[in-house]
Amino acid sequence: MIFLKKRRIVLDFEQHPRLKEFKFSFSKILRNPLSLIGLSLIFLFLMIALFTPLIAVPEKPEEPFRIPHEGYSVVPKPPSPGHPFGTTTKQYDIFYGVIWGTRTAFRIGFMVVGSILVIGLVVGSISGYFGGIIDEIIMRITDIFMALPLLILAMAIVTALGRSLDNIMKSLIIVGWPIYARTIRGSILTIREEDFVRAAQAQGAGTLRVIFKHVLPNAIYPVLILASLDIGAMVLTAAALSFLGLGAQEGYADWGQMVSLARNYIVGPQGQPFLYWYVVTIPGLFILFFVLGWNLLGDALRDIFDPRLRRK
Amino acid sequence: MNFLNYIIRRLLLLIVVLIGVTLIIFALLSLFTPEQRASAFIRDIKQLEHIDSIIKTYGLDRPIFVQYFNWLREIFRGNFGWSTTVSRPAIEAFKNFLPNTVELALFSAPFIILGGIWLGSVSAVHHDKPIDHFTRFLSIVGWSLPTFWFGLVLLMVFYGYFRGLFPPEILGYKAQVFVESGEFVRYTRINTIDALLNGRFWIFVDAIRHLVLPVITLTTIQIALVMRIMRSSMLESLGKGYVLTARAKGAAPRTVIRKHARRNALIPVITVSGWLFAQLMGGVVITETIFNRKGLGWWWAKAATQLDIPAVLMAVLFNGALFVVINLIVDLLYAYIDPRVRLR
Repeated sequence: MIFLKKRRIVLDFEQHPRLKEFKFSFSKILRNPLSLIGLSLIFLFLMIALFTPLIAVPEKPEEPFRIPHEGYSVVPKPPSPGHPFGTTTKQYDIFYGVIWGTRTAFRIGFMVVGSILVIGLVVGSISGYFGGIIDEIIMRITDIFMALPLLILAMAIVTALGRSLDNIMKSLIIVGWPIYARTIRGSILTIREEDFVRAAQAQGAGTLRVIFKHVLPNAIYPVLILASLDIGAMVLTAAALSFLGLGAQEGYADWGQMVSLARNYIVGPQGQPFLYWYVVTIPGLFILFFVLGWNLLGDALRDIFDPRLRRK
Repeated sequence: MNFLNYIIRRLLLLIVVLIGVTLIIFALLSLFTPEQRASAFIRDIKQLEHIDSIIKTYGLDRPIFVQYFNWLREIFRGNFGWSTTVSRPAIEAFKNFLPNTVELALFSAPFIILGGIWLGSVSAVHHDKPIDHFTRFLSIVGWSLPTFWFGLVLLMVFYGYFRGLFPPEILGYKAQVFVESGEFVRYTRINTIDALLNGRFWIFVDAIRHLVLPVITLTTIQIALVMRIMRSSMLESLGKGYVLTARAKGAAPRTVIRKHARRNALIPVITVSGWLFAQLMGGVVITETIFNRKGLGWWWAKAATQLDIPAVLMAVLFNGALFVVINLIVDLLYAYIDPRVRLR
């Protein structure tokens, strides 16, 4: 450690203001109990997603997302040694479904939010940096999106494109990008006028260099917080669309669909109202904890980066 | 005069927004076949046989802009098309479903808004204390709940375990029959209000029992929204000079919080409350579907998954109008409450 510290580059590294800020923020995350819970939940799900094939060994390795089922009996069976969480209707194994469903959830969250982030960054930067007529047009489009019933629109888009998980993701990207473009534009507008940007421009830096090196790194925090909150929200919306029957075909490892499969077994027969509790409760709890993890983290980040509360 | 100008300008914006939202829908519509789109012009089920002539008459195989103007013309004549999901004209379906949605919004909004204000200020007053972490945690858990799942779990407990204590749907069978009979005058078509106006208390109780679970669902999930705005705005106002002054002058802590901090912190809550109310009125898709409450959200969810285009266009028009009108009301409230905001 000592010999490392003697090197100039390490000393520079430690004093770099952006890194110092990052260290400060990270220490705040670790001191906040809520964000710690959030981080641990995300870490847990990340571990499940990493070691999925070891936790729930697929019977057919070529299509691991298909939940195995024994027979076609519609009546769910309670947890047993072979099926730790029981089986849902048509004997799909709940344990296998929720474990592989973790990968589906991460895929939905990262793909949707990642795509929206990229589209929002490009559109928002163009809008905010150049201004003028382009800005006006883009902002009016985002205004109109604000006035649309987005869930109904997303449902119609999935139906039009064909019912599948991929189309759910596409529809969420179509309805989701405007708010990102708007947020990025807003923060770029304030930063564009800062002295350090003027200085860079005066020194003859090119447009792209100014945007990527000086403006975006300072404008990106609000949208990153939005993104961390949205991973949960998007997984939640996708699950709702899946639940309404717009998702993958039956038997695909997807939490929303598993709750949907449980629909006819909410209330048990006379005298045993909780007979089928596991069918609906377990997949729902997986959705809840996954979303909760991201929301807790995003919420803490929002407080930490709030300039009005920072360093108080 | 200035004031009137402002309102007129904002109402002109309404037209722009409505044209904008419908244009976006028409851009999406161009993806469908002319036959699918023909249903947007059908007024009566009998016309379904003449679908080819409808395609010709309305020029559904013509460019999308020509079609858009044709559709606009029909709208101005009061023809909103035929909704295939409920087999009746879209405008009639809208009038039929609206009261149920309004009822749910009227009953859940007070819980969400007042509850959120209370939780938010408690949380801010005890900033970073255990009670702050606890209320925030609870509200985030509520916010993270999958609506469809939470609704099903509530049904499992209150409909299954408690033997139909709080049933789904809008009215029980007996009440439904009575409401549709001639003895019951439907003033507003909102069941709870009509029951009171008719002096039929048992129908009121029945309607309330059907409202409990949807209201619990919406409140649990949405309360975080109001609470978080209230908390951050309260935190900001607690740090302001006038609060310090009030404290320095020796005002009681309760008075400082109630009269000085909270009143000013309430202003941003108006915006989020307006937004929330627009959401509730614009059709709460999942909640209405789970509890089988036949309101706008229930209808539009069905319509969207069956490409019932007249119904989807109706959803878009109504939500667009709601958005503009509620924003206008929020702005006017701001000007009324906060003297620092002057209308320009």
